Amino acid sequence: MRGWTRASTMPEPARANGERSVVRELVAFASRTPLSAAGAIVGLLIVAIALGANWVAPYDPLKTNFRLMNHAPDAHSWFGTDQVGRDTLSRVIHGARTSLFVAFSAVLLGTTVGSLWGVACGYLGGRFDLASQRIMEILQSFPDLILAMAISMAIGTGLPAVIVAIAITRIPFGGRVIRSVAITVREMAYVEAGRASGASAFRIMRLHVLPQCVAPYLVLASTHLGVAIVIEAALGFLGVGVPPPTPTWGNMLADSITGLVPRWWLVLFPGLAITITVLAFNLLGDGIRDTLDPRLSPGFLRLVTGSGRGAAAATPTRAPSLQENRTGA
Amino acid sequence: MRKYLARRALFALGTLLGVSLIIFVVLRILPGDPLVAILGVEGHARMTKEDRVRIMHDLGLSDPLPLQYVHWLHDIATGKLGKSFFRGDTVADLILHRGPISAEIGILALIVSWLVGLPVGIVSAVKPNSSLDNIARSLAILFIAIPGFWLGMLIVLALLFWFGYKAPLIIVHFWQSPWQNLQIVIGPAIVLGLAQGAYIARMARSCLLEVIREDYVRTARAKGVVERRVVLGHALPNALLPVITISGVLLGFVLGGSVAVEQAFGVPGLGRALVTAVIERDIIVVQNLVLLYAAIFVVVNLLVDLSYAWLDPRIHYA
Repeated sequence: MRGWTRASTMPEPARANGERSVVRELVAFASRTPLSAAGAIVGLLIVAIALGANWVAPYDPLKTNFRLMNHAPDAHSWFGTDQVGRDTLSRVIHGARTSLFVAFSAVLLGTTVGSLWGVACGYLGGRFDLASQRIMEILQSFPDLILAMAISMAIGTGLPAVIVAIAITRIPFGGRVIRSVAITVREMAYVEAGRASGASAFRIMRLHVLPQCVAPYLVLASTHLGVAIVIEAALGFLGVGVPPPTPTWGNMLADSITGLVPRWWLVLFPGLAITITVLAFNLLGDGIRDTLDPRLSPGFLRLVTGSGRGAAAATPTRAPSLQENRTGA
Repeated sequence: MRKYLARRALFALGTLLGVSLIIFVVLRILPGDPLVAILGVEGHARMTKEDRVRIMHDLGLSDPLPLQYVHWLHDIATGKLGKSFFRGDTVADLILHRGPISAEIGILALIVSWLVGLPVGIVSAVKPNSSLDNIARSLAILFIAIPGFWLGMLIVLALLFWFGYKAPLIIVHFWQSPWQNLQIVIGPAIVLGLAQGAYIARMARSCLLEVIREDYVRTARAKGVVERRVVLGHALPNALLPVITISGVLLGFVLGGSVAVEQAFGVPGLGRALVTAVIERDIIVVQNLVLLYAAIFVVVNLLVDLSYAWLDPRIHYA
């Protein structure tokens, strides 16, 4: 962004400068946290495969072939074929598309709603905050997967339903973290100056509080991507996710155990896809967290959750450790 | 102290009331006609109007919604919990019959997670950045990323392929046949325990590293206490509190995860009952089971919070 504005005011050399600084930042990021950089590369690769699924996948993921049912992996279909002869590799590739789309949308929706809510809670305070905190606490009293199951049962199993179901489980996380940021910002001198000059609460939230929340927002979104992918897969596996025939990693795994003797390739490859994707996004998320928001690092969390140091532990709260709350479905 | 206890318990009760309200609203107000949900559009169309009215009445679904909610709360208070749409057995029976297996899995998973996570965390913290520590940390990252239900499927598959072994698929309680019962619960417990153990190892490591830097630990070393005793006797107790907290938080993930893991192992526990009920749209069963899972989560975290006062003598609650 910064490089871009500068480029518009000053022509060529400035833009080159801006580009180089972006490159330098990335190189610095990679050398500081090589694992996260690896995660980023793998993650980007998976996203690229998902986007280009139509070109990357060797066959049509929905095309059945009754001459090639339950074939083990070979030169023709590297990952084998399923009960109705569909190519597993093509289905895994197209599954990436569904799984990533659901996960990205759900995290974007849930974190955004949660964050906006959190800004309002933190800045406005008072009864609105109190009531909101209670609602978020109630939402967090459900195990993630179970809440998502109940919601997707209620609103039906389709792509949007699954996205909304997962998004709702993400709301309180955004709400709590961003609320604490907003509370800190509210007390700052420049915000007070804004208030004194008669700016409306909405204006202050939009212009002064929101920009401060961008970094924690990115951290939240990136750390919850992996969780969302696992929840999506679990929902699909349990038969309440995106309905077949659309391939998702979860419903491929569900399909794999319908036969009497499960074929190993039908179990191995979709699960491997989930694991690699979650691993990549988790590593990337950790790196983004360490880079953007040191306050969310484990050391800080421990301080707030109370490491046995009287004052901190005297108000036991579950909120900060939510960073670590992942669904191990 | 007693006042604090009472306040916290009341607070938790309020949360649970809110939980029940949300479940009720989600399951009753969002979908259309519950009979269509139960019988499907065709089945619904085939019934006579009187039949529909009678069934709705039998299920207690024809009352106004607020009254239904009050009825539900009353049912919970008296432990009746209503009936399944399809099977005729009460939800209370279902919980009593299948609950023990799931409870065993949960408790065993907790034990596994501590047995694995704590030693690994300690070893990591004693020699930070050693090769052992690096291996332990990589494994933690890996086990956090692997979906438990997939690991479960792989284990079932491997046992079947290489040993031709399959765990019993029926409900065998511990008091009926401990050996068979163990075969059912051990797999899910290990899978769930390993994922949690990874978090516990991480937490234990970073907490211990912080505590080890403190003055009193240096004092202990200076006066000649053996390193083993310094770590286990002096540093560890202070590092445990956050580990206990995270165990409470992780319970949510055992509860949720167990649903999928039970499905993967084919264990006939509560989680599978919930999945079946969700797919069959058996609203009464779903609402009660979801409430049960949430209640366990809330109560355990209440206990975790309260345990602080007991574990840390420096904390006084007004």
